Amino acid sequence: MNSAADPEGRRTAPAQPWSRFFLPVIAVLAFLLLWECYARLVNPGPTVLPPLSQVVAAGWGDRINLASSLWPTVVEVGVGFAVSVTLAFLLSLVIQLIPSVRRAVLPLLIGSQTVPLVVLAPLFVVWFGFGLLPKVLLIALVTFFPIVVALLDGYASADRESVTVLQTMGANRWQEYRLLRLPGALPALFTGIRISITYAVVAAVFAEYAGAERGLGVYLQGASKSFRTDLVLAGVLVSAVITVVLFVVVTAVERACLPWHAGVKAVTP
Amino acid sequence: MTAVEAAPNAGARGITVEHLSKTFGSLAVLDDVSLQVRRGEFVSILGPSGCGKSTLFSLLTGVHDPDSGRCFIDGEPLAPSRRPFAWMPQRDALLPWRTVSGNVALGAEVAQGMRRRHARAATAHLLQDFGISEFADSLPHEISGGMRQRVALARTIAQNRNIALLDEPFGALDALTRTDLQLWLESMWRTERWSVLLITHDVREAVLLSDRIYVLSDRPARVVGEFSVDLPRPRTIDLLAAPKVAALEVELLHALGGTRSD
Repeated sequence: MNSAADPEGRRTAPAQPWSRFFLPVIAVLAFLLLWECYARLVNPGPTVLPPLSQVVAAGWGDRINLASSLWPTVVEVGVGFAVSVTLAFLLSLVIQLIPSVRRAVLPLLIGSQTVPLVVLAPLFVVWFGFGLLPKVLLIALVTFFPIVVALLDGYASADRESVTVLQTMGANRWQEYRLLRLPGALPALFTGIRISITYAVVAAVFAEYAGAERGLGVYLQGASKSFRTDLVLAGVLVSAVITVVLFVVVTAVERACLPWHAGVKAVTP
Repeated sequence: MTAVEAAPNAGARGITVEHLSKTFGSLAVLDDVSLQVRRGEFVSILGPSGCGKSTLFSLLTGVHDPDSGRCFIDGEPLAPSRRPFAWMPQRDALLPWRTVSGNVALGAEVAQGMRRRHARAATAHLLQDFGISEFADSLPHEISGGMRQRVALARTIAQNRNIALLDEPFGALDALTRTDLQLWLESMWRTERWSVLLITHDVREAVLLSDRIYVLSDRPARVVGEFSVDLPRPRTIDLLAAPKVAALEVELLHALGGTRSD
């Protein structure tokens, strides 16, 4: 236990591995290169698979349309995700503090995840119209579940001895939650957020596909109907980039908010 | 030491535990355990591993309810709502997101219902006393195992309860750090005179630290012997060479050995 500590009893920080940054970049570049080479060598045709360079050029040429379509989608994702995290947190709180709610609500929660999006997205348009609301609801529905599960798992994984220490101090259920279970669940919460944020953009595009006036989904639909595969793929690239950016932002926020967690992971093998 | 039924240690200053028994299912864990810790006394409970020593603490802290038995503080029966015990587990169980000072303050925050800032101010002197003020703003993973135990002990003392229950507090440490911390704890105890009940299976630790030692049998745990440690304080390493210490250790080992069921 003492091996990583200097004589004053202070631990030394471990070095950051270089592979954290370079390996994913190399993998992405390799994939893009493979795409370019395949499309040029096999040449399946511009409506099947145009090479990456053409996709980028087409997307750049249409950048004004693309950008104006992107913005509504980003707003939907932002609002939808905020609603999702808030609802997930509140529900997890109620489930944690009132155990009978867990048994009552869990089947509903799981059931909500089995409804196919293909069916639900047009229904939401019928029920809630073409505006922001159906998109926000669809994003929340898709991203909500992993966050609730992550939070509940996080609460349950609280260190048993710490629980006992608090109980022997005379802590009540709320103190136990506030002082131990909630802060201890934050790493799990961020894991849940990172998983579900990758669904958020897809869900937004899907909701727009089903019915919207503007957005990346509308753009993709238009490009697809006019057989502009290059623009479709440009839109897909943009949504992929957005998702990666969101993922990285969440990870950065996690590091800023939970400095103790990275340290604990580094120390305990 | 044996209790008189009518007036159980009435007037005795300190904690008296009488006829505590506990069974989990068909497993008898504690059998009629009685013991006493006087004000400012350091008492150890020495017993084989897994004999039910920790169960005794869980009964005292209210994690489990005893099947029978009673508890008195200064001769008065103990109200279950007001627990006079502060528990320190073998693993420090520090909250990894709280700094050293935050972890110590937790004791005052929860056990005494203080506001966080008030609790920090009230426990600041403990950091000084325990030699951990240098690490006040460090997170637990940044300091060594020995330091963490000091923080855990400070958190225990910060609860300001009558008796500190130390459950093999140095069991997870290497031998050198353990000896250092035992001597450190002894010196801290000498100046502060807390009432301490220490669980250990380490004969030497019990001798080095205690005023009195209760020896418990293998499960179900019964008190099979009570020993006074008639050694001068401060206790030092050199003391371990004294014939008196060796004789006491042999006596304790015999008492422990006689408890083996196999």
